[in-house]
Amino acid sequence: MNKRASPVFLNLLQIGMPVTAIVSILHRLSGLLLVLALPLFVYALQQSLHSPESFAVLISQIDALPVKSILAILLWSLFHHLFAGLRFLLLDVEVGIQRQQARKSAWSVNIVAAIVAVTIIWGCL
Amino acid sequence: MRGGLSGLSAWLLQRASAVYMLLFIVLTPLYIWQRGVNDYSSWHMLLAEPAMALFWALFFLALIAHAWVGVRDILVDYVHSLILRLGLLTILAVLLVMMLFWVLGVLLLNSGVVV
Repeated sequence: MNKRASPVFLNLLQIGMPVTAIVSILHRLSGLLLVLALPLFVYALQQSLHSPESFAVLISQIDALPVKSILAILLWSLFHHLFAGLRFLLLDVEVGIQRQQARKSAWSVNIVAAIVAVTIIWGCL
Repeated sequence: MRGGLSGLSAWLLQRASAVYMLLFIVLTPLYIWQRGVNDYSSWHMLLAEPAMALFWALFFLALIAHAWVGVRDILVDYVHSLILRLGLLTILAVLLVMMLFWVLGVLLLNSGVVV
């Protein structure tokens, strides 16, 4: 490792992040959030299958506004993670790898994920 | 460090599981809607069908594998202490395996294979 005293500037709040960096870190954060929600997801599946009573209880729990809000956040996380992931899959085969293309596709991910999320959330919740 | 997933197999596992999950997430709600599932009984019976239970089990297997690669990437990037990182990776592995067994149990129980 080079021990010359080269300048270091790591203040994340002051470094100007390109949109591609934003999409990338949101991809990580949304993934982490979804992993944390995994036990909830499995629990919901269990309750939905256990008995007609537990099914009914689950449906009524989902109807509550706090639960709906959390679900909405998780759904948006899912769609952002999904579309950002698709963009990464395309980058893997070097589709859209030029800087301008990469920035455009990053913006598309943000917009498409938001639109799909709002549509599904509004339609289902 | 060696042992565990090499870079290329982790990358492949992450991509393959992602593709399966993408297809599942798009097709399954459509299929459920097309089958006319709208109450406990139809839902319970749909998931009790062997093929359906299998597709769902595969989905969770893909999800666990995908989550493993993803969170491991995060730990490798941000946790620099080897001992702490190994500890966290171990806890992660145990929790993910528990999730997998839990959901497989739910699916098997629902199919009446296990009681």
